[in-house]
Amino acid sequence: MNFSLARASLTAEADLVGIAGERAVCDPRGVLYFPELKLLAVSDLHLEKGSSLARRGTLIPPYDTGATLLRLQAVISDYQPSIVISLGDSFHDGGGAERMHSSFRERLEALMAGRDWFWVAGNHDPEAPADLPGETVRELAIGSLLFRHEPSKVRVEGEISGHLHPCARIVQQGRSVRRRCFAGDGGRMIMPAFGAYTGSLNVLDSAYAGLFRLETLMAYMLGTERIFAISRSMLRPG
Amino acid sequence: MADRRGSGGRKAFRSRFVPILLGDLALPRYLWRVTELPRLADQNAAVVLPEPFVKWFGEKGWSPRAHQIDLLAKAQAGQSVLLIAPTGAGKTLAGFLPSLTELAVRPRRKPGQARRGIHTLYISPLKALAVDIERNLGKPVEEIGLPVTIETRTGDTPAHKRQRQKLAPPDILLTTPEQLALLIAAGDARRFFEDLRYVVLDELHSLVTSKRGHLLALGLARLRSFVPGLQTIGLSATVAEPDELRRWLVSQNPPGDMAELITVTGGAKPEISILDSEERVPWAGHSARYATPEIYSEIKRHKTTLLFVNTRSQAELLFQELWRVNEDTLPIALHHGSLDVAQRRRVEKAMGENALRAIVATSTLDLGIDWGDVDLVVHVGAPKGASRLAQRIGRANHRMDEPSKAILIPANRFEVLECRAALDANYLGAQDTPPLVNGGLDVLAQHVLGCACGAPFRADDLYQEVRTAAPYAGLDRPTFDRVVDFVATGGYALKNYERYARIRLNKDGLWRVSNPRVAQQYRLNVGTIIEVPALNVRYVKAGSKGAASHGGRVLGKIEEAFLETLTHGDTFMFAGKVLRFEGIRENECFVSNAPGSDAKVPYYGGGKFPLSTYLAEQVRIMLDDPQRWKKLPEQVADWLRFQSDKSMLPKRDDLLIETFPRGNRHYLVAYPFEGRLAHQTLGMLLTRRLDRAGARPLGFVATDYALAIWSLGDMGAMFKARKPSLGALFDQDMLGDDLEAWLADSWLLKRTFRNCALISGLIEKRHPGQEKSGRQVTVSTDLIYDVLRSHEPDHILLQATRADAATGLLDVSRLADMLSRIQGRIMHKALEQISPLAVPIMLEIGKMPVNGEADETLLMDAATLVEEAMGPGMVET
Repeated sequence: MNFSLARASLTAEADLVGIAGERAVCDPRGVLYFPELKLLAVSDLHLEKGSSLARRGTLIPPYDTGATLLRLQAVISDYQPSIVISLGDSFHDGGGAERMHSSFRERLEALMAGRDWFWVAGNHDPEAPADLPGETVRELAIGSLLFRHEPSKVRVEGEISGHLHPCARIVQQGRSVRRRCFAGDGGRMIMPAFGAYTGSLNVLDSAYAGLFRLETLMAYMLGTERIFAISRSMLRPG
Repeated sequence: MADRRGSGGRKAFRSRFVPILLGDLALPRYLWRVTELPRLADQNAAVVLPEPFVKWFGEKGWSPRAHQIDLLAKAQAGQSVLLIAPTGAGKTLAGFLPSLTELAVRPRRKPGQARRGIHTLYISPLKALAVDIERNLGKPVEEIGLPVTIETRTGDTPAHKRQRQKLAPPDILLTTPEQLALLIAAGDARRFFEDLRYVVLDELHSLVTSKRGHLLALGLARLRSFVPGLQTIGLSATVAEPDELRRWLVSQNPPGDMAELITVTGGAKPEISILDSEERVPWAGHSARYATPEIYSEIKRHKTTLLFVNTRSQAELLFQELWRVNEDTLPIALHHGSLDVAQRRRVEKAMGENALRAIVATSTLDLGIDWGDVDLVVHVGAPKGASRLAQRIGRANHRMDEPSKAILIPANRFEVLECRAALDANYLGAQDTPPLVNGGLDVLAQHVLGCACGAPFRADDLYQEVRTAAPYAGLDRPTFDRVVDFVATGGYALKNYERYARIRLNKDGLWRVSNPRVAQQYRLNVGTIIEVPALNVRYVKAGSKGAASHGGRVLGKIEEAFLETLTHGDTFMFAGKVLRFEGIRENECFVSNAPGSDAKVPYYGGGKFPLSTYLAEQVRIMLDDPQRWKKLPEQVADWLRFQSDKSMLPKRDDLLIETFPRGNRHYLVAYPFEGRLAHQTLGMLLTRRLDRAGARPLGFVATDYALAIWSLGDMGAMFKARKPSLGALFDQDMLGDDLEAWLADSWLLKRTFRNCALISGLIEKRHPGQEKSGRQVTVSTDLIYDVLRSHEPDHILLQATRADAATGLLDVSRLADMLSRIQGRIMHKALEQISPLAVPIMLEIGKMPVNGEADETLLMDAATLVEEAMGPGMVET
């Protein structure tokens, strides 16, 4: 696919970031890949969000799990990682894995086969997903990196987290663009939500207060084919 | 029908002149005059006007009008009736006369007898109108001494009163379409409505053109199934196709059945002129700023002037400009839909008391109640439709002998042409109200759930019932079944949600609501009015972050989409002030008074109507006929003469296309005169085609009159070489695949989908106890749209979305008509430089915001800036 071709040439440019000394590719599809570690991180899949809402009477299309897995499949087949970390809220609720249609379960298991797969516990899915392989952990340290679902209030260098679903907004020529983004200050990184039905929260929202060194904060906004690195001074709330 | 109830009525109908008018009730100080009463004794032998009415008319020295008696006679003969009359013709009394006369002779309820249900239901598009009617109807009812109770039921009615209305229903209930939907969805609906005789539908012409009208039509169908003998009385302003409304009012079983029609015509012709300005009429723009001093002197010359504009931004601007020249500090007020309600009420009150000299208003004043003694209507900007113009001019409230007086102020040269065409059309009595469209499937879904909430239903029965409503007369059974399936489980091909079904088919063949929570959710989401996400605008001290000064006044509401384009310190016009944007906090936008009086950011909010097809044709005819240019202001006629020298003018049924180079770009300007929406759609499709042909198009801009596309490639040379030919470029097949492909990714479709999702009940407007903010809804419906489109492109809701977009935002049918009209009639003029006719649209380039599609470019710009500042490559610490 020409998609991966386009990315290969981009790898040398703005989408390579450093986090506590480790080099990572910010992929515009919303995943983080560490080439040296052959490690792929993805956050907030929120699988089975559709059926979770359906239980409460909102019958939105039951295709979110399929759509999310399809996109995950594409990045995994591009990078062929040895390690995959799903950074929490992998399922929208505790019963999600159980409700998942058997065809989706089979696809997920096929993706997991032959890799080390870690389910980091999230607030939506604190327990291990039912009947799925992979290891469920509270957090995971690899080299100088620390993977956990929620960013901690106490600053930890090398922390990679999710939970907040960051997005960023810029205004140019009287027009506004809002995109999901990676938010990082060189020392820690918060990943965008990957799931098909996940909303997002502006990085300037008070929920992020105190998490970043503001002078080096960058929003890596997701474009269709590349990442756009935007400095904090250009970001707008809302 | 025989004269059952005494002959006292006849005496009152002696043929004579109508001496005075019907005071409060009929609001009839309008433009026509009934010079002679028809000889009712002959024509309406069957009419029964009970004694108390005769006495009351006599005491007042009044006499009923011909159409009022006519309507009464038809209603008493068991007919449903459509009454078409201009504003203030005494329509309201006419509409209620059948009910009041019947209630007057109804035997009193004896103690111990069961309470009677609603006798008459009155439905209006505006809450305010219902309240107004209650007041106006109450007086004669009291004076005549009728044993009739009248109550309103709107969203503002307190719960205890609604509760009481259920136990002790009034004889006449005044309400809105949404409240009717709620009443129908209640378990006691059938009993509540069992005594219903009449449904009076006010301002029917405005109700029927929207999804509200679809919901109302379905509600009526339901009422008819409760009470088969139910009669409807529609009250409407003049419309293009009365038969559409006549069908709408009655059951379409048998198909094509129509209500009786009564039309009131007559009246002095309005006296309309176009401002022949001393100033230069601008090439482009919509402000009409040039005419401010002339408008002001007209205001000074008249008692009360009503100034209509097409958009809120124009209203704000005109208001500012008028106050700038208001040396006599005349009381001039502003009125539009975004202003705080309290402020609007103050303005309306002052208007009613004749305390104002002028009021600047948008379409919010198009409907409803009469406002004081207006002796001049000024229409700033082009009227966009002949019917709209007629209705707005009808606002001028006149003594009988005087024609209403109106002045049109064109904001630019094309608008001069349009005003002239509208003026001619008005004298011709032309009508161009939009044709009715098929009922929305999203609305049907809402109704189906509502029916289930009321009582279990059989699909066969409901299908038959729904088809009696005119907007759904052509609904096929498979589509209906898919809608029911959608209501039950979402209707997805992947049958995942059976266990979460909202309604279930039981063994007895009846669909039932699966649990009480479903009905509760339905009640919270009823209706078809989708609020655009908007924030309160609140005053704070300059420079404050808002936190310390929460006490500031709320000025009104502004669309979130507009506020998002502002940054701290930007200035804009709102509520008649120039404001400085201080920031957004939760659901409020903070503003302060801006120093100076120039606003930096134009505000595009508010409704903008496209040019009507009829008026567009009139403009083309005028362009084609130099004889008619004599009626135009000299500077405008000169402009057209210049055009025929330098290029050419389009023939009536032709499409003129000019190409010319300018700077390092090539331009194509087309003049279809089909309205902004159709041009926008055409622009999208043509740029796709030109791109494929290798013209490298860069962008386009559309107005009501023309479309301009610019490119790197030389389009003129390409057309000459017939690579491609213009005929091929404008071929109708662009409405096939190209339209599909473009639509799929369009923000237009996403916005339409959001409305359908909310109306159909796919997602909720509100949860019990928790309001969703607009943004969260927007995000999730966009995501749902993407997922649904890629997995089930034929889903019923996407089908509904495409149908909506085609009729509404895209004006596809109009574009299709145009493309077929111009086949073989495209005139290409390859020019060396810009033509006079092209100047207005060329001036629009860069001024109009382009929606949606170029996001990546903006991001690129921003990212490039950052790279320049920080150096390329890795960003690392």
